[in-house]
Amino acid sequence: MFIDFFYKLKDAGIPVNPTAFLTLQKALSRGLISSIDDFYTASRSILIKSERYFDRFDQVFAHHFEGAELPDFETVELSDMAKVLLEQWLKDPETVSRLLGVDESALTKLTPEQLIDYFKERLKEQTGEHHGGSKWIGTGGTSPVGHSGYHPGGMRVGGVSRNKSAVKVAMERRYRDYSLSGPLTQSQIGEALKRLRCMIPVGPKDNVNIDATIYQTMKNAGEIEIVFDRRLKDRLKVILAIDNGGWSMDPYIPVVQTLFDYARAQFKDLKTFFFHNAIYDNIWEDPSRYRKPLKVDELIRFDPQTRFILVGDASMAPYELMATDGSIHIEERSTRPGIERLKFVAGTFPHSVWLNPVPSRIWGYTRTIVAISQIFPMFELSLDGLEKAVHRLMAKE
Amino acid sequence: MNQENKHRFTGATRYVLDDELAGIVNISIALQMPLLLKGEPGTGKTMLAHAIAESLQMPFIVLNVKSSMKLIDALYQYDTLTRLNDSRFGDSNRDVSNIEEYIKMGKIGQSFTSEERTVLLIDEIDKADTDFQDDMLDVLDQMEFDIIEIDKTIRATHRPVIIITSNAKKDLSDPFLGRCNFHHIAFPDPKMMRKIINVHFPEIDSDLMENAVDTFYKLREIDSVEKRPATRELINWIRALHADPDFKPKRLVKGEVPFLGVLFKKSQDYERAGQVISRKRLF
Repeated sequence: MFIDFFYKLKDAGIPVNPTAFLTLQKALSRGLISSIDDFYTASRSILIKSERYFDRFDQVFAHHFEGAELPDFETVELSDMAKVLLEQWLKDPETVSRLLGVDESALTKLTPEQLIDYFKERLKEQTGEHHGGSKWIGTGGTSPVGHSGYHPGGMRVGGVSRNKSAVKVAMERRYRDYSLSGPLTQSQIGEALKRLRCMIPVGPKDNVNIDATIYQTMKNAGEIEIVFDRRLKDRLKVILAIDNGGWSMDPYIPVVQTLFDYARAQFKDLKTFFFHNAIYDNIWEDPSRYRKPLKVDELIRFDPQTRFILVGDASMAPYELMATDGSIHIEERSTRPGIERLKFVAGTFPHSVWLNPVPSRIWGYTRTIVAISQIFPMFELSLDGLEKAVHRLMAKE
Repeated sequence: MNQENKHRFTGATRYVLDDELAGIVNISIALQMPLLLKGEPGTGKTMLAHAIAESLQMPFIVLNVKSSMKLIDALYQYDTLTRLNDSRFGDSNRDVSNIEEYIKMGKIGQSFTSEERTVLLIDEIDKADTDFQDDMLDVLDQMEFDIIEIDKTIRATHRPVIIITSNAKKDLSDPFLGRCNFHHIAFPDPKMMRKIINVHFPEIDSDLMENAVDTFYKLREIDSVEKRPATRELINWIRALHADPDFKPKRLVKGEVPFLGVLFKKSQDYERAGQVISRKRLF
């Protein structure tokens, strides 16, 4: 039962698995589901495991089961849609009239009521067409009323549903917000960086080591000898180098800021440095890159086990990376090209990554990104990327 | 079927249940599958478990997951130190040669060995490592675990009703999800919110409630706030307003928001909200 529905979900890109489907069958065969409303809640809770897919589920559900409830759309939803269309018309009559294929001036002569009736008529025609197999007005993002809609449920119409049938509920698309991938928040970054830990025993010996205690006690012929150990503390050393110069990083300031705030709160032993575009002779401890320079050569004094994280868009003019005197800052005359400095850093710290706020799908279009990603393992500054980066940082060579 | 009817969840005194969630809870109980709840912090995930226990009149066991927790801590504990002590000094009436006397059940163990069916809440599972979830799979699947020290298998006498909550935006591991039913508690709409407030403050003045709920939803719309106030904050806030003898609901209409700190708990959020409120007094 409902195998079609199951495959439709799968085709829509929702990760559903057969085991869950069998569970749903179990629920059906035990008579736990008696109406379509039950089926909606049950199938969603059993098949869908993340709120990110709730929205897509709603769409598929409405699409699959809409036949049963079809008459409703035309009366209730239609007037809602007409209202939306009217609102849109008031804002931007030109686009709407162009989409409806009518003369703008002809519509302006109508009274609001007439206008709504007119829209309803038009929408009815469109509904007919839609069910006949062709598309809704302006699919593909140009329409003022529809968005992505491959069925009327794709349309976010205003107003409250009168009778909450499952299909209606599904059509409300209450979970739209969750399907968008929002910006990284601090807690999400925390989630990803949680694994970045290196436990080292420190402090007073106040933890009982049970195994050693038992062993020593037995050795002592039963005379109790309690063995204490030091507590394990996180002593991971982290260096965070942030590209904070130039307008090219400007769009990414909030996300880098969040990362920085979190890192500062989380890691006891964190050093932050700043650079612009590529690393030349110096990196700076102050964000203005002026007062406290540190010679890159001196990085060798740091513990090579330090995790070195670079954050930057790695986008610059090729000469800034390749030429000996590549820095675009007139006062910064470098003796070696940026690319060699970067190689030096990567060689000094085997555990290093480059986090790039630029979406990874467009990395290939920038030459310097490609060049730098050959030196440092590069990851996108997103939840996924962070996780991969942490994995890489904690990997044993 | 009668059996099942007995275990039907219809809501509790302090919890307002929507039909959808009730359906999901009931189906999870009937299918004997754990129910995984996600949602914004403060939308009543933990409260739901309390409510289920209350309404089904089952004993309620909470496992608060901690970041350093290993699964075995949740199952049982072998108290080696007491045993060592007893074997050395022998001043207790426990039988030192019987290891079983030194096994203490953890929260999951307790829910398995309990005489009656229990509600087990595994709170904030995302705090622990993924290993914790993976280890727990088998235990929840088979409803049994081994005590290695005495080579004994503990089998659940009654399958507990298991509620798992998670705050993480990140998904849990796939095999784990496969064994759970899932629900995301969406933020309640104003209508639902009024019901919730009524349950918590049955005596509340309707003026105060209307204005408070109104203001609250407006405050939630302030953008670039990291932790938006949720139900829990609203309830605390109303409690604060209630307690303040000088407070008049009319002040809310004017756009004054006293006790802003109850609603916004992050300092940046607090500042941001403060700015917005002072900028447009009347929204």
